[in-house]
Amino acid sequence: MFDKFLIDTASLRNTGPADAPTGFAFEAKLGYYRGLGLSMIEELNVSIDGETLSREAVTFDEGHGPLTLEQMETAYDRRWPFGTAATIAVAHPGGFPAGEHTLAFQQKLRVSYLPFPSFNNDEKAVRLG
Amino acid sequence: MQSKIKRGVSLYSFQEELFLGKMSVDDVVAFATSIGAPGIEILPEQNMPTFPNITDAQVGEWHEMLERHGAHFTCYDMFLDTKLRKDRLMSDEEQVESIVRDLQLCNRLGIKNMRILIFVRPDILEKCVPYAEKYDVHMGVEVHAPWYLDHAWILRTIEVADRLKTKHLGILPDMGIFMKHYPPAFRGRFERQGARPEVAQFIVDQHEQKIMCEYTIYEVAVKMGGNKAEIAMAETLRHAPFANPKRIGDFAPYFHHIQAKFYEMTPECTDPSLAYDEVIPELVKAGWEGTLSSEYEGNRWIQDVEVVDSREQVRRQHVMFERLIAKAQAEMETA
Repeated sequence: MFDKFLIDTASLRNTGPADAPTGFAFEAKLGYYRGLGLSMIEELNVSIDGETLSREAVTFDEGHGPLTLEQMETAYDRRWPFGTAATIAVAHPGGFPAGEHTLAFQQKLRVSYLPFPSFNNDEKAVRLG
Repeated sequence: MQSKIKRGVSLYSFQEELFLGKMSVDDVVAFATSIGAPGIEILPEQNMPTFPNITDAQVGEWHEMLERHGAHFTCYDMFLDTKLRKDRLMSDEEQVESIVRDLQLCNRLGIKNMRILIFVRPDILEKCVPYAEKYDVHMGVEVHAPWYLDHAWILRTIEVADRLKTKHLGILPDMGIFMKHYPPAFRGRFERQGARPEVAQFIVDQHEQKIMCEYTIYEVAVKMGGNKAEIAMAETLRHAPFANPKRIGDFAPYFHHIQAKFYEMTPECTDPSLAYDEVIPELVKAGWEGTLSSEYEGNRWIQDVEVVDSREQVRRQHVMFERLIAKAQAEMETA
């Protein structure tokens, strides 16, 4: 319902030392009309030019400290509130590749009243440096 | 007799503007009162960022804000995360505990109606009735498409309410169950995604004739070799029932609040899809006294091509409500 608004493209930046970035990060919102507990966010898939980066490389931080997807599975006391950006950080030696690339972001949610998982997808052409 | 139907809005209607930060809750409440719809339905999990931890000070701020605008709460939309854990479903006890948590917050907010998600089991709700009575909250199971008023699943809740002789359990109709015509906004979106106009017209025609959806889905998917957008459009028919408006009056004792779902309003302030012109006279005739609470859900169908203007859509719906209520009253008086 909010797919096209998930990635904040202006927030994309490299992380780690400026001359030797260790990864990149961007701000994103949850594509749902309410907030959701972190344990129900099953996957946050980040891909560059169609290549999905490893699950272990991704961390999520809504302001209470970064968590891996595995840690999120049991984070029963934390939520991603509605309409609020959280930081998605990805370990990626060298940082985000130079030039224009397609950054895709997929959220897989376990919504209790739906018989199937809910997927949200955003994809943006971005350029960093 | 003057109809006592009240008007309000659900904050759900403004999800696009709230999500994008173009409107605050305060803005929505100010707008709602400006169109004579001061009843406010909230989704705490949408509109209260610290949910489920709400302090008394926060409750006070909400009431102060509503009072400042001359508005009031009408309904609390609850959720139930039965799939909170990856390894197992919530136990029955945990489900009751979660619902009681919502009943308590609802009571602290001074709200008398709670929208219960339709998938919540009637036997779980039965266990919650003593708490609903204690906190004086009516639990209304949302009758949402593709379910409808006479659906066996809904009748199970009615059976529990009757057996317990409780005033605190019933239903809460979502007007999406009265889809008389296929929404033009749906069609437009599927055509932009690649549905051929002739196939889209076939689906609309099938729906108009109320042909059971599986015939249409098979025709489109198999016989017509439908593409992805066409099949997706045909599959929306599974969730597009036209329930009998004549039946709503019979259920009136079981609900105090209506989610007035809509997907779009025409510039002439008519709904091209949902049969409000047939439903509202029945509500007036039944002497129903609850709130018609706008639930605009058109944003997702048009946001690919236009900037969503939820205010204008909701405003038009209330022009329609005023007109239909007045007309139904006048007809009753002359009858």
